[in-house]
This record gives sequence, C-alpha cells and structure tokens, in this order.
Amino acid sequence: MSCWETLADYGLRSLGIGERLLPRTNFTLCQQFVLIGSGMIWNVYFGVLALFSGFFLATGLALSKAAKNPFLRKPAEWFIFVFRGSPLFIQFFFAYFLFLSLKQVYPILTPLTSATLGALVVLFLNTAAYSAEIFYGALQSVPKGDIEAADAYGFSGWPRFRQIIWPTMLRLAWPAYTNEAIFLFHATTLVFFSGFPAAKQKGDALYYANYFADKTFNPFIPYPILAGYFILLTLLLIGLFGLINKRLNRHLPTAPKRGKRPLVPGFLR
Amino acid sequence: MKKLILTAAVLALSAGMGMAASHGKTIRLGTEGAYPPYNFINDKGEIDGFERELGDELCKRAELTCEWVKNDWDSIIPNLVSGNYDVIIAGMSITAERDQIIDFSQDYYPPTASTFVAKSADADLKGVISAQTSTIQAGYVAESGATLLEFATPEETVAAVRSGEADAVFADWDYLKPIVEASGGELVVAGDPVPLGGGVGLGIRESDKELRDKLDGAITAMKADGSLNTLLKKWFGDETATY
Amino acid sequence: MFQYCTDPSTLDGLAWLSCYLTTAKHAAFYVSFGTVLLLLAVTAPAALGMGFLGASAARSRILPLSIFGKGYIAIVRGVPDIAFFLFFVIALDQGIEYLRHITLCPDWDQPIRQGNDFLVCPAAKAPLGTSPQWVHEVYGFSIAVFTFALVFGAFAANVLYGAMRAVPRAQLETAEAYGMNTRQIFWRILVPQMWVYALPGLSNLWMVLIKATPLLFLLGVEDIVYWARELGGTKTPQFTEYPHGDWRMWYFLFLLVFYLAFTRISEIVLDRLMQRLTLGQATMGGEAQRKAAA
Repeated sequence: MSCWETLADYGLRSLGIGERLLPRTNFTLCQQFVLIGSGMIWNVYFGVLALFSGFFLATGLALSKAAKNPFLRKPAEWFIFVFRGSPLFIQFFFAYFLFLSLKQVYPILTPLTSATLGALVVLFLNTAAYSAEIFYGALQSVPKGDIEAADAYGFSGWPRFRQIIWPTMLRLAWPAYTNEAIFLFHATTLVFFSGFPAAKQKGDALYYANYFADKTFNPFIPYPILAGYFILLTLLLIGLFGLINKRLNRHLPTAPKRGKRPLVPGFLR
Repeated sequence: MKKLILTAAVLALSAGMGMAASHGKTIRLGTEGAYPPYNFINDKGEIDGFERELGDELCKRAELTCEWVKNDWDSIIPNLVSGNYDVIIAGMSITAERDQIIDFSQDYYPPTASTFVAKSADADLKGVISAQTSTIQAGYVAESGATLLEFATPEETVAAVRSGEADAVFADWDYLKPIVEASGGELVVAGDPVPLGGGVGLGIRESDKELRDKLDGAITAMKADGSLNTLLKKWFGDETATY
Repeated sequence: MFQYCTDPSTLDGLAWLSCYLTTAKHAAFYVSFGTVLLLLAVTAPAALGMGFLGASAARSRILPLSIFGKGYIAIVRGVPDIAFFLFFVIALDQGIEYLRHITLCPDWDQPIRQGNDFLVCPAAKAPLGTSPQWVHEVYGFSIAVFTFALVFGAFAANVLYGAMRAVPRAQLETAEAYGMNTRQIFWRILVPQMWVYALPGLSNLWMVLIKATPLLFLLGVEDIVYWARELGGTKTPQFTEYPHGDWRMWYFLFLLVFYLAFTRISEIVLDRLMQRLTLGQATMGGEAQRKAAA
C-alpha cells in the first residue's frame, strides 16, 4: 500500500472518516506519520477554540479582579485561584464526574460527557483562568500617564477601555500570553490520556502515538513523531503571535540596534 | 594425585564462579500491581496476588534471588528489552505480536476467556462497549463492529457501565469476576465468553535463553507436582481451569 | 496500627476509618507527598541552573554555542512534557549505560543491540544488577529529576533570556564606563540585576512545575496521584480487609486541597521575595515602594 493510499484511508481517521479499523499488523512509518498527524486535528481543535473563547472570559475576569466591588472581585479571584492552583487532570476528573451527574438530571447536557464538548469546556475555563492572571498583571502595569492622557482627551467608560487601556494591556501581556498559548496546546494531549474516554478509536495525536508505541513495542518512533508535530505547531504559534505582537506594537518607535530597548515585559505574569 | 588436586581446584573455582554468576545477580521481576487477582498492592503496600506467590516459588525452585519491581503497563515491554528488569510477570497473555519482540515461558495460566459484563444479561453487545485503552479486548471490540469506548484504566471501564455511559464492559473474566460478585447483582455477565490470547506466560528477553530455561523448568515442575493447580484454585476459585 | 485493627470487618464508623487510614498502604501514600516535595525541592534549583546555562549559551557570541542554546530552548519548549517523558527516560537510561559500556568494557565483543534487546556488559548496568532495591529507586528518582530539570530548564532559559535583555542598558553601560570587562559586567551587574525581571516568569513556571508532578508516574516514581488512584479504586473483599466502592473522588478532593494550599503558600512566599527584589530597582514596583516609604 502506497503512502498516498494510507493518507486517503487514515488522514481523517481521527474524525471517523476513512478506514473503520486501525492498522493492526505490518506497521509502516507512513501509517504512524499519517495517523498521528490525523490526531493533531483534535489538538488544534481544542487549542484554537479554547484559546479563542478563553480570551474573552479572561478579559472579563481580569477586569473583575481589578474591580473595587468585592462582589465582582472575590468570585474572579477564587475562580482564578482554583483553576490555576490545581493540576489539569484533576480538573478533568471532577468535570467528567460532574458532567455525568448533570446528564442524569438534564438529558440535554449529554454532549458534555464526550471529549468534543466536555474537554473543551474544561480547557476553556482553565486557559481563561491562566490568561486572566496574565491580563490582570498587565492591567496593573498600564502606565498611569496613558490613563491620565485619556482622561485629558475626554475619554471615559467603554471608549477609554476599548481604545486606551485594552490595547496597552494586550501589548504588555503578549509575551506571557504567548507562553500560555503554548502550554494550552501542550495540555490538549491530556484530554484522552487521562481525562475523557476515546470513542471508536477517534483520539488525538498522543492517543495514536500511544497506540503505535503499544503495538510496535517501540516508543522511539511514535513519540518523536508526535514531538516533531508539536514543535512545528509551536513554531507556527510563536510566528503567529509574533505577528500580532508586531501589530500591537506598530505605533511604537522600533528599537535601535544598540541602545535603549523597551522594557521587555518579563516582569509581567 | 597432582592432577586430581588440580582438577578439584579447577572444579571448585568454576563452581564458585558459577555460584557467583547465579547468586551475585538478583533477578528483577517486573509487574504492574494493578490487576487483581494476578497482581495488586495489598493493605500493607506490598505486591500481592497469584503472581506474587508464583514468582516467589519459581525463584526458590530455580535457585534465584529475586526482587519485585512495579512498572506502568504501557511501558512494561520497552523497559524489559532495555534491561531495567529481567522478567515480566504481569498477567501478560502470550500473543504472536508480543512473541516477536520478547520470549515467553510456557504458560502458567491456561488460555482465558474475556467476558462482557453489563447491568442486565440482555444488554446490547453491539452498542457501546467500554474497554481499557490498547488491550487485546479493545482490539476485539473495535473489530466486532460495536462502538468502542476506551478508558485509561480498567477501573473507569467498569465505572462507565455503572454510570450508563457504556452498555457493557469487555475485559478479562478473572478481573471482572470479583467485581461482579461484590456488586450484589448490579452487574451481571452478558453474552458468551470469548476466548482471547494464548494463556499467560512470563515475558523474558530473547537473549536471555538461560534464564528462560531455568524458569520454564520450574514451571514444569510446579505443573507436575500439582502445586501450580493449588495456587490457581486459591486465587481464582475452585472452578477455574487447571493443568 | 492500633490494637483494635486486627479484624476491621467488625468495626464501623470512626474506628474503621482510623484503621483504614493507617494501613501501611496509606503510609506509602503519605510518604509519597514527601517524595513529591523532595522532587520539587531538588528540581527547581536544577532547572534554574539548566535554564541559566541555556540562557547564557543562547546569548553567547560564539555562534555554535548560541545555536545550541536557542535550539535547546525552541525544541524542548515545543514538545508537550508528557510526550517527552514517555520516551526520554528509556533513551536516557540506555544512553548512560552505553557510555558506561564503552568506557568500562572496551573488550566486550558482543553487539549491544541483539534484535530488540539492549544488552551492555554487566559492569555497565546502571545501577549494577547486584545493587539493592533502594539504589534502583534513587537512580530512578535522579533520572526523573534530571528529565524534569531538562524540560523546565528550557522554559526557565526562555524567561532568563528575556530577563537578561530587560536589564536597562544604561546600567551595563555605566559598568563599562567604570572599566569593567565583559565577564565582570555579566557576573557583577547583569546577573544580580536580572532577577527582578525574571521572578514573575519564574514563579509562573514554579506553579506549572507543581502541577506537572502527576506525570511523575510516567517516569517510574510513585507519586501522590498514583497512590490516590490506587487507594481510591474499588476494592473487593477478596483482596483487602477494607473493601469499599469507588472512592477516587474523595482522594482526588484531598489532592485538590493539597495542591491549592501548596499554591497559596508558594504565592505568599514568592510575593515576599518579589518585594525584597524590587527594593531600589528602577521599575514601577520599585518606584511605588520608594513613594510609600517617603
């Protein structure tokens, strides 16, 4: 069987399209590349959606945590503390348990017990908490001068936030937020590893890598393949976030080669 | 006379070296410790079970010093071939695929059957079936056309039936039996048992022929004098298959 | 442990629980908390050292060294830690044994790879086949520490690399003006001054490290999550004197409290440290402290 046929048969196997059964004998390198790559669809799916939706919740949480009103501040603080303070797999365990009980009461919530939705919700809440902490740190570091200048120009309320504070906050938070995005994509490998069940042998990249390691008894091929895919994904992510960073900083004078560099916000969380 | 003394000296020396070779090195037995009744961790935190008793007895008969090591199931074969322990004794079924990588002793547990266990005896065995990730049972369910639901641990596969996530769990009968008995009628056997695997044997590196022969001999002896059957009955109940 | 524990099936309520919670198996669970804390205590400085080396290499003027440093940061940071742990430990172990093999047994004539087997001479085994169990455990623990340090070292290197660049150029130029050479500037100015910029990133990393400890079992170390899972799973009367249902929930709840408490304590300690480091620094925090004091 040529590699193209393998690609046609197993390229979308992780979504349930193609061959029903996974290869069971005569494993080729091509099969490993194709199936593990196919599994990456899930890692990207979880990563992108959780990151995107988490971004908005994180902004809200960061603002609540910075608020003076304790009714806003306390819940945000606790939410961030609990999700940042516990390992992801414990969160998966409790979430799966909770979703199972919810399903008994409200049958409409059944989709939550599948990884597709349930794991996404957990990852969404998890990344929202981590990002909120980063944004909160950035919010605290927004230069006072910026806000005073905005006041002087007659900005207030929503426009002041939208046009002055928010862009500065993002700019300050961006390097740390990039790190969080990398961590999130890495965390997606935990979904099937110790969180949610895999149905019909549809799983993420680690699931298939694990499958091959188990069938060929040789961990030195599938896991490095998986690692290779993730290095590519991470480089892509860093590149993409770098572009956004450039856009966020486009109004700033570019730093001369030698001389004063802007304080790299390493001092942000 | 001189020659005799010399021969005796050489003999003594080589015997001594032989002793050193067999007694100096401890044989490390790798097991999982999470698969009762084959192997599990008892209340004292020690490895216990059928294989614990069997392994200790085999070592005694083969005159080896043995030591127990726990290892995760997923990496149990890679760690054997890279030499982190010398024997796998973890309820491992003898299969053709595994036999290509490692050597097996003769079986010390007759070929077993795997069983479906569900909440009712007439459960839909073509519905959702839970099994542990990458086991021979998971492979069987995938081929049978039922919807396979894979969990990381055997514990969760049974929990899935209890919670209604799966119609039935498919696993080794010896693992399920104590659970069914303790469930007080909540869980029952569904469908017919399916024979899978070619009995359970010790896994040994292919280059370790000498060790394999020693342990094989010890198993033969235990089969011959009936002590293996006694052990089997003790751990798996009176109606279990024996030699 | 207690006198009345000889037959737990006759007990109930608190008496039963007191016996249950003091079995030798539970003792192993409690000890594993120490293992995890010890691992963290050893790994954190090791990772920091690794990160320091990585960052120094990455900003080196010698090109191969700089490529090596940047490559280390990029590659190890790019790989999910689980994937790394699943194959790296065996590879590392074989690597160590291979090196010992070529130095200790130069006239060994058999191939090291025989089919699937990896065979080195008995003298090169790490640890030696004759060593007692505790040596094996210490060896396994050290391998785990090294692997953790390698992974988190890459992240620490990234943070330190950023922090080194964040030290205001003017401070370094002043040092230059005082006639310090490159080495002196690095050790006397850059290194002491970079910590204030590095600490927030490092403390974040510490939090991530705490939460990565459940992966220890993949490295062959029996950690708290392994024991929680083992103890919490359904126990049938045939194999234990303390049968119970699926209690993983309660064990995990206990772990949750442990992790939250540990996080909280870390936060408090790190905040104090930050206060100390900020003192007199040309940052916003330092400015705020100055104003408050005045």
